[in-house]
Amino acid sequence: MTHANRRCAAVAELRLPPRPVSSIVAAFLLFIPLAAMAHVEGGAAGGLLSGLGHPVSGLDHVLAMVAVGVWGAQLGRPAIWLLPVVFPLLMALGGFAGLMGWNLPAIEVGIALSAVVLGALILGQIRLPLAIAVLIVAFFAVFHGHAHGTEMGPDANAMLYSIGFVIATGLLHAAGIALGLIHRWDTGRVILRAAGSVVLAGGLFFLWGALG
Amino acid sequence: MPRAWAMSGVVAILLWVGPGVARAHLVTSGLGPFYDGALHLLLSPGDLLGVLALALLAGLRGPAAGRLAVMALPIAWVLVGMVGLGVPTVLEPSWPGALSYMLVGVLLAANLALPPWVVGALAAGYGALHGLLNGSALAAIGAGWPELLGIVTTVLLLTLLISAAVVPLRAEWGRVVVRVIGSWVAAIGLLVLGWTLHGAA
Repeated sequence: MTHANRRCAAVAELRLPPRPVSSIVAAFLLFIPLAAMAHVEGGAAGGLLSGLGHPVSGLDHVLAMVAVGVWGAQLGRPAIWLLPVVFPLLMALGGFAGLMGWNLPAIEVGIALSAVVLGALILGQIRLPLAIAVLIVAFFAVFHGHAHGTEMGPDANAMLYSIGFVIATGLLHAAGIALGLIHRWDTGRVILRAAGSVVLAGGLFFLWGALG
Repeated sequence: MPRAWAMSGVVAILLWVGPGVARAHLVTSGLGPFYDGALHLLLSPGDLLGVLALALLAGLRGPAAGRLAVMALPIAWVLVGMVGLGVPTVLEPSWPGALSYMLVGVLLAANLALPPWVVGALAAGYGALHGLLNGSALAAIGAGWPELLGIVTTVLLLTLLISAAVVPLRAEWGRVVVRVIGSWVAAIGLLVLGWTLHGAA
C-alpha cells in the first residue's frame, strides 16, 4: 500500500472528511512570519500592521466609516457601492493634504460632525439625491483622511502602511454594508435606526470633546 | 478548478506577505536570475498593484481591450526595460510609479468606457514607464536581462490570468467589486504619493 493509500484509509477509518480549505487556511497561518511579532513591529510588518490598525484605533473614525456603509445600504443601489468607492478616494486626498502639511480647520470637529450627520441620516432614513449623498460623504472623508495623514508614523513603510490603511477602511465600510442589508426587513429597519441613534450619540459625545 | 484558483490565490498571498526588507536588491530565489526577477515582482507591492489594476481595467473593458493589454504591457515593459538596462541610474521609482497606478486606479473606479486601443496605449505607456524604472534599477545593482525577463514573464502571466478572469464577469456585484478595488488602488497611490513628496520636502 502506498503512502497516499494508507493516508486515505486512515482518513476513512477516522471518518474525517478531507478539508482542503481548512488545510489551506492552516498553511497560511503557519506561514505568517511570527518573528516580527516578537518585538516592536518595524519596517514592512510594522507598516502593514500600523496601517491596518490606524482606522480602527479611534471610535470616532470607526463610527463614521461603518455609518457610511449602513447609509449606503439604506439608500440602495447605486449608493450602496458608490459611497464606499468615494470615501477612500477622498480620504486619501485628505491624507495627501495632511502629509503635505496643508492645514484644514477644525479637523476633530469635522470628524465628530461626520458621525453626527451620518447618524442622523440613518436614524431618519433620509433619502437624499445621489449627488448630495456623495458630496456629504466626500466632504467628511477629507477630514478623516487628513487626521490620519498627519498622524502617520515617519518610520513606517509607506506602501504597506497605505495598503493596510485602505484595506481596513474598506472592510469597515463592508461591515457597515453587511449590517445595512437587514434594511429589507421591518425589524431590520428599526434596528438600523437604533444603530443610527447610537452613531449620532457617539458623534455628539466626540463633538462635545472637540469643542470643549 | 475553483480549488486550483484558491490554491493560486493563497500562494500569491503567501508570496506577497513575505518579508519585504530585501527591496533594495533582488531577493535570491536560489533558482537563478530569471526566477529572482520573477519573484521580485511578486514581492513588490507597488508594481503588483499597478499590474493588478491595469489587468482589471483591461478585463472590465472586454476581450479586445484585454488582448491588447496582454500584448502591449509586457512587450513595452521588456523593450524599454532593455533601454533602461543601459542607463544604470538609481532612479527614485516611488513617485512616478505611485502616480501611474493611482491614475489607472481612478480609471478603473470610474468605469470609463475606454475604447480598446486606449487601454492598449495605456498598457504600453505603463509598461514603458515601469520597464525603464526596472531596467535602470537592475543595471544599478549589477543585474541584467535574465532578471528583466523574469519580471516581464510574471507581468505577462498576471495580466493574462487576471484580465481573463474579469472579462466574463456579468454579475453587477462582480463588476462593482472590481471597481471598488480600483478605488482602493487609487487611494493607495495617492497616499504613497503624499508620503514620497512629504519625504522629499
